[in-house]
Amino acid sequence: MKAKHQRLTLLALAIVAVLGAVLLAMSSLRDQAAYFYAPADVVRKGMPEGKAIRIGGMVEDGSVRTARDGVTIDFLVGDETDATIPVRFRGIVPDLFKEGSGVVAEGRFQADGRFVATEILAKHDENYMPPDLSRDRSKQKTEALK
Amino acid sequence: MIAEAGLAALWLAASLSPLQLLLGWLALRLGDEQLMRSVRPVAIAQAALVGISFLALIQLFLRTDLSVELVAANSHSAKPWLYKLAGVWGNHEGSMLLWVTILGLSGGAIAWFERTIQERTLIATLAAQAAIGLGFYAFLLLASNPFERLNLAPAQGKGLNPLLQDPGLAFHPPTLYIGYVGISVAFSFAVGALVTRDVGSEFAKAMRPWVLGAWIFLTLGITAGSYWAYYELGWGGWWFWDPVENASLMPWLAATALLHSVTVLATRGGLRAWTIMLAVVAFSMSMVGTFLVRSGILTSVHAFAVDPQRGLFILILLILYIGGALTLFGLRVGTVKEGATFAPVSREGGLVANNLLLSAILGTVFVGTLYPLGVEVLTGEKLSVGPPYFNSAAGPLALVLVAVMAAGPLIRWRTDEARAVLKRVALPIMLSGLALLALLLLFPSIGTLPLLGLVLAAGAASASLAPLWGRKLWRTPLSTWGMVVAHLGIAVSLAGMASESAFTRQTLVALRPGESAVVGPYSIRFDSVDPIAGPNWTANEAKLSARRGGDTPLILSPQARMFSAPPTETSEASIATRLDGQLYAVLGKPDEQERWQLRLWWKPFVTLIWLGGCLVALGGIFALIGRVRRKRRSRVRESGS
Repeated sequence: MKAKHQRLTLLALAIVAVLGAVLLAMSSLRDQAAYFYAPADVVRKGMPEGKAIRIGGMVEDGSVRTARDGVTIDFLVGDETDATIPVRFRGIVPDLFKEGSGVVAEGRFQADGRFVATEILAKHDENYMPPDLSRDRSKQKTEALK
Repeated sequence: MIAEAGLAALWLAASLSPLQLLLGWLALRLGDEQLMRSVRPVAIAQAALVGISFLALIQLFLRTDLSVELVAANSHSAKPWLYKLAGVWGNHEGSMLLWVTILGLSGGAIAWFERTIQERTLIATLAAQAAIGLGFYAFLLLASNPFERLNLAPAQGKGLNPLLQDPGLAFHPPTLYIGYVGISVAFSFAVGALVTRDVGSEFAKAMRPWVLGAWIFLTLGITAGSYWAYYELGWGGWWFWDPVENASLMPWLAATALLHSVTVLATRGGLRAWTIMLAVVAFSMSMVGTFLVRSGILTSVHAFAVDPQRGLFILILLILYIGGALTLFGLRVGTVKEGATFAPVSREGGLVANNLLLSAILGTVFVGTLYPLGVEVLTGEKLSVGPPYFNSAAGPLALVLVAVMAAGPLIRWRTDEARAVLKRVALPIMLSGLALLALLLLFPSIGTLPLLGLVLAAGAASASLAPLWGRKLWRTPLSTWGMVVAHLGIAVSLAGMASESAFTRQTLVALRPGESAVVGPYSIRFDSVDPIAGPNWTANEAKLSARRGGDTPLILSPQARMFSAPPTETSEASIATRLDGQLYAVLGKPDEQERWQLRLWWKPFVTLIWLGGCLVALGGIFALIGRVRRKRRSRVRESGS
């Protein structure tokens, strides 16, 4: 094989490999990307039952209950609307998980409307708020200033 | 005074970088000897000045000079000195200064040491370095001055994020940055060679130590970062596919591909254009990595800087550099000569397969990391891409890559017989078969990916040792040893990953002191919980004793810590290491009935993951020493004749 032909073959192989990988990646992303829902989104778009998603909002004051086994908790996630999502989580919650502060949970909705979280995301910053909420908060703040 | 001196040194260093670029360009343009000789000293002076500036910042942090805004915002006088030092780069401005300092120092090192490549290529390389430095100096001085003074010094600093107050993390960012910047040096060499149309094996030999060096630091940085996340975050996992982890993995993948293709170029004169392209890709990935981490575009545990203006600045730099590099590549690739040819079954063929697979893995990681950002920018919809995607997309490709890695070193350069190669890998294949049988018999319910991982690890470990077979070990070149050790490290690490995912046992309980729980082969008694105090924190510390059979009990003491500055709670996992795995305990919160939440893991052979990573880096170090020594020896011979 001539050097030039070999170079063209290698180029074709490289393009096929990278494009193939990217196409495969894009197609599997369609199934496996977890979308982010705030409680209001669940009301608006309907509950995506059984699909892996993330929800985010504020832990409602007075809503955290610990089950008898000591490691399962139930709580409500709310946002600036009246909508709330009941969440159940088995595990140790991150240190910054508190009533009245921001939370992001990953998991799935069950048929009865309860969100079973597989992970409560630790946002290691006492000032953390889910991006959506902080945007709304700053909007409220600017509106209050007007 | 120190802050002003540091700032002045930084401005001087910054002003030398356009000079270095201009002198280099003129020297190449005019072919003037006088000008050519002036470039090296400028690069060395720039290195010295930026070094002084960085030392000034270190001094400010060690003295906790609170009149400097950066110190006041990130340090505290009551911190142990190691964390005062780590505080220098535990923030946006300081870490960017570190970036530029390493860039300047490596430019100085090239100017001081590099004598083998053509002088013209070297000057073009230094000019390219200056061009990269220019953008980052501008970024530092215009958008993130680390020496900014406060009008009114506060009585006390705000302190460093407690999660970052950890010896492992003190050295994690510098290690990764050296890796990133080392890749930019390799890239500058590629630009230099393109500019002077000098892409050949001489250039590859000059570039190789830099690629190797950068790759060693990236490997160590990723390994250390993974272990840090494992014990500090207390989630029991060792890799989260967090965008910031991916930001360090992507340059590593590209650098690994580059490391292998530059070997083909240096020994056989092949894969010329491809090697240059990989250098461009590797540099782009380290720029993307810097962008992801430093722009604050990600809301993840690592992204501490949130400032859209800065993000935009880095994005513009990113586009300018990558665009410029690709344009230069497009314009000059026609002048790169075709290299020596080779048969499909040959060492070169194996290395091409390695490169293609690494590129494909890089592609899937890249898409997965940037997809959420792209979707959010285009549609405003938020989504996250997690382990299920990355494991299913990159996992199988990585397994194929390990198989190629096992066979590659057993194939001859230029051309080889497929049958002869099969004979050489017969023993590793048999060992893999045995491992498969044993695993299926002992653990019938094991998952596919971990099963394949363990089977491949057995084959790859034995195959990686095969190049030493029949050789006199002490006369084997150090670079061959390097390859053997690094490939063995990959197999060891793979075994650890597969074992961790297949055999980990987990228990989650709420216990009163005196009660017990079982995890894996261990029975664990919750003895007591007591308040304790550290230098800048207080904590509840649990005492657990873990027994397996008749062994002496292991004592585990996980803590839940409260830091005072800034006020934050963290949990400190407690880990006991045995030869066959680690026991991992996390203390949660108490409830009204005096019960404490405990999360316990038994992770068989998990330590192999990081042991393998260290072996990979060690292999790199062997290869680097071997190459540098050989280069020096050949130079001595040349000057002697």
